[in-house]
Amino acid sequence: MTDYLHRSMGDLDPRDRGGPAQPLVSVQGLVKHFPVKSSGLFQPRKVVRAVDSINFEILKGETLGVVGESGCGKSTTARLLMQLVKPDKGEVLFDGETVGGAISLGDYRRQVQMVFQDSYASLNPRLTIEESVSFGPRVHGVPAQTAIARAHDLLHRVGLEPNRFAGRYPHELSGGQRQRVNIARALALEPRLVILDEAVSALDKSVEAQVLNLLLDLKRDFGLTYLFISHDLNVVRFMCDRVMVMYLGKVAEIGSRDAIFERTKHPYSAALLASMPSMDPQARALEPPLVGDPPSPIDPPSGCRFHTRCKFAEDICAQIVPPLAAISQAQSAACLMSMPRSGHSHAPVHGDL
Amino acid sequence: MTAITADIVAVPRIIRSPGFWHGVIRRLSRDPVALVALCIVIALIAIAILAPYLAPYDPAKTSVIRRLKPIGTPGYLLGTDELGRDMLSRLIYGARLSLVMGVIPVPIAFIIGSTIGIIAGYAGGIVNTLIMRTVDVFYAFPSVLLAVALSGALGSGLTNALVSLTVVFIPQIARVAESVTTQVRRLDYVDAARASGANAPTIIVVHVLSNVLGPIFVFATSLISVSMILASGLSFLGLGVRPPDAEWGLMLNSLRTAIYVNPYVAALPGVMIFVTSICFNLFSDGLRTAMDVKS
Amino acid sequence: MLAYGLKRLLHVIPVAIGVSIVCFMLIHIAPGDPLAAILPSDASAELQAEMRSFYGLDKPLPVQYALWAWRALHGDLGVSIASGRPVLGEILSASINSIILAVAATMIGFTFGAVLGFLAGVFRGTWIDRIASAISMIGVSVPHYWLGMVLVIVFSVRLGWLPAMGGGPGGSDGKAVGWDYLRYLILPAITMSVIPMGIIARTIRSLVADILAQDFTQALAAKGLLTGQIMRHVIRNAAPTAISVMGLQLGYLLGGSILIETVFSWPGTGFLLNGAIFSRDLPVLQGTILVLAMFFVLVNLVVDVLQSAIDPRIQRS
Repeated sequence: MTDYLHRSMGDLDPRDRGGPAQPLVSVQGLVKHFPVKSSGLFQPRKVVRAVDSINFEILKGETLGVVGESGCGKSTTARLLMQLVKPDKGEVLFDGETVGGAISLGDYRRQVQMVFQDSYASLNPRLTIEESVSFGPRVHGVPAQTAIARAHDLLHRVGLEPNRFAGRYPHELSGGQRQRVNIARALALEPRLVILDEAVSALDKSVEAQVLNLLLDLKRDFGLTYLFISHDLNVVRFMCDRVMVMYLGKVAEIGSRDAIFERTKHPYSAALLASMPSMDPQARALEPPLVGDPPSPIDPPSGCRFHTRCKFAEDICAQIVPPLAAISQAQSAACLMSMPRSGHSHAPVHGDL
Repeated sequence: MTAITADIVAVPRIIRSPGFWHGVIRRLSRDPVALVALCIVIALIAIAILAPYLAPYDPAKTSVIRRLKPIGTPGYLLGTDELGRDMLSRLIYGARLSLVMGVIPVPIAFIIGSTIGIIAGYAGGIVNTLIMRTVDVFYAFPSVLLAVALSGALGSGLTNALVSLTVVFIPQIARVAESVTTQVRRLDYVDAARASGANAPTIIVVHVLSNVLGPIFVFATSLISVSMILASGLSFLGLGVRPPDAEWGLMLNSLRTAIYVNPYVAALPGVMIFVTSICFNLFSDGLRTAMDVKS
Repeated sequence: MLAYGLKRLLHVIPVAIGVSIVCFMLIHIAPGDPLAAILPSDASAELQAEMRSFYGLDKPLPVQYALWAWRALHGDLGVSIASGRPVLGEILSASINSIILAVAATMIGFTFGAVLGFLAGVFRGTWIDRIASAISMIGVSVPHYWLGMVLVIVFSVRLGWLPAMGGGPGGSDGKAVGWDYLRYLILPAITMSVIPMGIIARTIRSLVADILAQDFTQALAAKGLLTGQIMRHVIRNAAPTAISVMGLQLGYLLGGSILIETVFSWPGTGFLLNGAIFSRDLPVLQGTILVLAMFFVLVNLVVDVLQSAIDPRIQRS
């Protein structure tokens, strides 16, 4: 009944198709523009370019972190991946199969689940904990008794004693307990990918650490893959294997954790990292590395979207949209400064393309 | 130590919290005003049902010699009306039609209006626009005017009055239903349910209804008081039930000319409408507080 | 603000068209031949045929509607079956009386409601609040046509202070300013004022209580500002909502005046409507309802735009 609870790491997931080398998720040219209400009577309709043509991959068994300021498209990316909003363009491949094509939406949703930031809003206040956790399996035809038993197992697994918690309502639980319920709910469908959208951001620091450790344990035990969205770089560094930096609906840089945190090639990533509070008083930044708010995604700057706030910006940056290009095997960045012969004065002169 | 604990909890007993409605009833039972109002409403309904056993006389029996007797006349506790009919009997029988006319339109409008509103709220987009613009048209009439217009065109009679009142309340309930559903639809738990692969009907039944029916229900109960006043008002204008049926609004109308002769008797049917209306209102207020619904 | 006004106007136009369709359909939901509804029952066959083609009753419904709406736009609402006079003229002379009554009632209701609600909001939870709440509860629950009868019983029948019905010494005709006429206005206006009073009191109570609970009034109090100054803040912040509620209530009263005008035989649109219902004078019924509903739509629009002019943050989308 609960074989998935006891699957060990070495076992191969029978649902695996392409083997470990094939990315679990491959996102290609994903675009989502939201229309905004026009302020005037006869003005043309405007759109928020929430996600503007992004490509990335999530590898099997990894934790991919997504960072960026609020409004950069992190959450929209998560909702697009979860198919909660329809993309305007682009497609998502899951283990090599097109979502909505070779793999049906229903099958896809069994394998991808999501944990939301607001632990209270993401639980129906009128349902008991066990009803919430068992809802997904019951939708997929699991008999009520089995689904409840499975829910109790999962509650136990996320550290909530079923006898004490299963019959309770969300408002009777603390934020950390509710988020454990949300994790159990996400796991109830035995997903392969779990999207964690700021899942620990609203929790107290001590509770956050417990939940992060729980997530790491669950990942190991269930052989999960995580997409970990957060604005907290320390947490991302602790949790993630690779990191994607987003700015105004575009991918600025993506690479292994060490590459991003030690050898970043994008001035935006560098500025984000510099704004991390440091424990070392000597290393504290005296000037804020990032000034002001990001520009509006309704009218994003031309060329490189970061050029309005970038201290290395030159005229060329306002004209050319830098493509996301590989710098090394472990790292890609979208910056003219790392693009050979781009016309930027800092651009590498070598590189024979 | 752990072994002992394990032994004690060997028989798992799940702690179950009282549900939402359980809490509502508990809070309501501690609200004396709402309880008294509810008791009066139940008593009125009982009077309406048991009218043949409670009324001392036939409510339709007229008498030329007994016309407009004052309150306290022996044998005619509340006096007689302009045709010599016993007021007490007529007030008791009047509860039947008055309650039917005042109450029935609300549950019917509740069912139709919530269905319309929940569909509009959940579907959003063009469906929402089409439904809600139509609702806006009916909402653009003041309730009294719309009820009078429809009844006036359809002609008097119980059924026509019921239809008119139902049409008056459907848009009001649909608006409330649409707005609460739109709010609930945006919440993460609905997204989570969609993410687990549930289809729209399942989500509406399990996740939306359980959260929107409460506020819509509270609003609907507050409409019963309005409906009582409107229904009797229609009869008062001659648009509701027809004479010689006993209905409080109609009685008020036919006794209007008697205010110079016997003012207290003439005012009695209005007291009944007032008491019924205020009790429904007080109960609705208590329910609102007990369910913690923002007005 | 002009742009917002135009935008609201664009929203209102479809609603107004919808309202006119509903009014148009009133004749058609009435049982029997629509022609019988607009002609006296003893009309000759010749006249019947003439009217049938004049009103386009032999044409499909949308065409009939277009004809009817076109004439209505030009002020032709048909002819009263009962009086034989043009419907629009009857409505216009009646609406002056209705407006006088509704404005008087709104002013009385707003004054008492505002005072009641303000006191209840400031002294929240005290006996003043409870009394104010009870009064507004009675106000929204009382069948006002009955209240009118009770006032007539007390002040006309028993005390003989005020007239029981009519619009002036000449019965339902004639208008003038002066105590002779004002006497007739007092009872209906007071009766009618009860409807908005309860609602305005409730609105203002919650507005005042909310504003007093907000951080900025708390901060003002903490800064040691005088109560009078805080109250000025409260009034300034509560005014836009209070005014818009008052405007809407005025619209409701004008549209819903039929019961009270019937009780007092007040010669307004409601009284006209009641007569039309009684004699099944459908052109008058339809025309009056159209004019009243359109007026209500207009009041809504004006209130919206005024409110956004006072406080630009409030703009209904």
